[in-house]
Amino acid sequence: MVDAALKVEGVTAGYVPDLPILKEVTLTAQRGQVTVIIGPNGAGKSTLIKAIAGLVSLSAGRIIHEGADISGIRPDQLAGHGVSYVPQMDNIFRTLTIRQNLDLALRSAGAEAASRLDELYARFPPLAEKRNEKAGALSGGQRQFLAVAMALASKPSLILMDEPSAGLSPKAAQEVLECARGLAEQGVTILLVEQNVNQALRLSDYCFILAEGCNQVEGPAADLMNDPVVGEIYLGAKRVKSA
Amino acid sequence: MIGVLSYAVFFTTIASILAIAVLGLNLQWGNTGLFNGGVVAFFGAGAYGTMILGGTPQADHLGGFNLFYPLALLGGAAAAGILAWIVGILTLRLRHDYLAIATFGIAVTFENFMRNAETITGGAKGLRGFERPLRNWIGDGFVYNFVFLCFVLILLYAVYRFLQHLVGSPFGRLLRAIREDEEAARSIGKSPSRVRLIAFITGSVIMGISGGLYATFYAFVSPQDVLPMLTFQVWAMLIVGGAGNNRGAVMGAFVIWGAWSGSGWLLSRFAPIEAQLYTGSFQYILIGSVIVGMLLWRPQGLFPEQLVVSQSGKSGRLSREGD
Amino acid sequence: MIQNLTDGILVGSILSLGAIGLTMVMHMLRFANFSHAELLSIGAYSALVFDAVFAAILPVLTAKIGPLSMTWALALSMILAVGTTAISALLIDRLIFRRVRDKGSELSMVFASFGVAMIIRNAMGLIFGLGTNLYSKDIVFAVVLSRDPLLLIKPDQVFALVAALAIMLVLHLILSRTTLGYALRAVAENPALAQVNGIRLSHMIMLVWLVGGGLAAIAGVFYGLTNQISPMIGRDLVLPIFAATIVGGIGSIYGAVLGGFIVGIAANMALAILPSGYSPSVPFLIILAVLLIRPNGLFGEERA
Repeated sequence: MVDAALKVEGVTAGYVPDLPILKEVTLTAQRGQVTVIIGPNGAGKSTLIKAIAGLVSLSAGRIIHEGADISGIRPDQLAGHGVSYVPQMDNIFRTLTIRQNLDLALRSAGAEAASRLDELYARFPPLAEKRNEKAGALSGGQRQFLAVAMALASKPSLILMDEPSAGLSPKAAQEVLECARGLAEQGVTILLVEQNVNQALRLSDYCFILAEGCNQVEGPAADLMNDPVVGEIYLGAKRVKSA
Repeated sequence: MIGVLSYAVFFTTIASILAIAVLGLNLQWGNTGLFNGGVVAFFGAGAYGTMILGGTPQADHLGGFNLFYPLALLGGAAAAGILAWIVGILTLRLRHDYLAIATFGIAVTFENFMRNAETITGGAKGLRGFERPLRNWIGDGFVYNFVFLCFVLILLYAVYRFLQHLVGSPFGRLLRAIREDEEAARSIGKSPSRVRLIAFITGSVIMGISGGLYATFYAFVSPQDVLPMLTFQVWAMLIVGGAGNNRGAVMGAFVIWGAWSGSGWLLSRFAPIEAQLYTGSFQYILIGSVIVGMLLWRPQGLFPEQLVVSQSGKSGRLSREGD
Repeated sequence: MIQNLTDGILVGSILSLGAIGLTMVMHMLRFANFSHAELLSIGAYSALVFDAVFAAILPVLTAKIGPLSMTWALALSMILAVGTTAISALLIDRLIFRRVRDKGSELSMVFASFGVAMIIRNAMGLIFGLGTNLYSKDIVFAVVLSRDPLLLIKPDQVFALVAALAIMLVLHLILSRTTLGYALRAVAENPALAQVNGIRLSHMIMLVWLVGGGLAAIAGVFYGLTNQISPMIGRDLVLPIFAATIVGGIGSIYGAVLGGFIVGIAANMALAILPSGYSPSVPFLIILAVLLIRPNGLFGEERA
């Protein structure tokens, strides 16, 4: 735990002052692992990931990434700190072509831009094929891959993903999550929010469960898979203070 | 002495008539969050409507229906309402800047039409031939003006009471709910665009009444009375008074009309002759600066919205500072 | 009729230049900026001032360029006016709009823009007088292109049209070929997503004011060159420019270009039917027609 890549310490945050959605949430994510945040609707999962990305301001707590305090940074400074954020749904520029989307994401790559573009095309062949088409014309799964490719453009060490499987077919969702898995195996820290509990637990290493803006349960994904407490939190039958 | 008194009556009459228009705008902007960039069009519709319906027959243009005065005034207000309905139905579904642009456009077009359509509106010469109601009984001069002022004050009070009641009613709460959070209002099954349309038309009808009274007072209306400046003056009145607050709106009308008349008098009295031509420019800059300055340094107005206590006894919201 | 069409195209190019900046500001800052047309006025008058300065210190520059009434001095003045107006636009945002934005709602911004427009317009009147000015006192005769139907064009008008089209082409190339252009389009489409992709919003807002102000200055100079300069430029052009943005769809740069030409042509063609006194009403009638038929404009997307 000591050298966790990402540490969220006692974060309280919300959109309106005096109305916190997150209450002293604490979590960590390890390098090279997929860490997943699950929880019932309205638990504050998306708010948490937005708070890490600097899109929601914190009223208390700290966020430490690779030893550096990144609490309250501007969203446009994320890449400079080795962090990428893939928002839910609207996460590509529909009116730009795929190539233009990627060029935009590679803007700060300088001389390396061309070689990184080739790498991204090699990793996602369908994007290479459709490079001159408008991104709005892509299928749901392909859009998600484009969003991931844009996130990878800055060579981040941490990728935050907000419900990457939302709105996708089961097959496409599976592919996207497997892609996240693959990135983790290459040493990237992945923190994602998921709605689909079973799929998320199967493909992740470690899991945090949030409910009503608070930590509830955490543990290795494999252990939580068969833990009845997970179902109970979802059904709202039982509330457990964080272990 | 009688000069001062008659000026006081004149000043209070005009300020009170404009205060009615400010109350109409307050319903639209202060309570509902609707931007009306063409107050003068609805004011003008009331003025021209009243004159055409209530005037004596004219040879060279429409009008002179010689209608019973209250009917003429109501007809003028209805004309303003119809105009508001047309603009509202087209723009209230869209993002708010469409309403701003369309209302601004209708004001430009209204003035342009009044100036050109001589057979209907008398063109640039304006509309004359209006018999002020009850003139035969009361006679002209100071007494008439005083009686008319009382009539205006009664209407101002009636409009004020009506709006105060409306704001405290469930409909008023709905207006504020839509202003604050449209999605939430929709989720409880209310159609925001319909509610907004009702508020917009009601506010415009009130402006129409104001215009009708204005035309009655002068027994004359011309395109010079429906210039965009009037819209800006009415705004400044509301902003100074504090949007959302009916009492503030009325006070704002007196403050700004006082500043306007006072600055005009000072300029005409003390400015060098060659600068007299620029009196209008100075006054425009004055009004513009009041609007910008208030928004920058005191957006809640001089008399901010007070705590609204709804009928169920629950407290509403505090002043809109920084809203 | 053909004369009206030609005049409409010429006026349309000026409206387009004005509408491009307006539509970008409206889209990005989400308010109807009623002071945008005053930037044309600032551009036209600052070129007038620079022109006079050049004529005084470098009389050589007062030579005319070919058949145009435009002189080398005015051409240089126009470039300086672009800079002056762009910086003015940025300053107005800094001093007023940004501060209102930080504390108020979008509606307060619209009010503020009216206030700003009133102050600028009347300050111009106080400084330069309420009468009209011209860049050149010499009368440039129109060239008769055809006698039947009668078609007259002034060389200045042709120059303004060609220059406006060239500027739009450059803008198109920037938007479609450079990452700066992609960034501008990205911010227009989805500001939050643009931010997480490393685009700094406050820089883009500055850029939009600079570009919008610069284009407005060019439009203002061309308007002054083909018509006349008066403090009422802003008042007369605000509604046609808004109409152009609504026709094109708020936020669409290409829509604004097309909208400018459509409004320019429609307004001039309408004069063939309507008495000329009604011409200030035409932009509003166009707005009404668009709202009836296609409320989000030709290229606009449906947005709440």
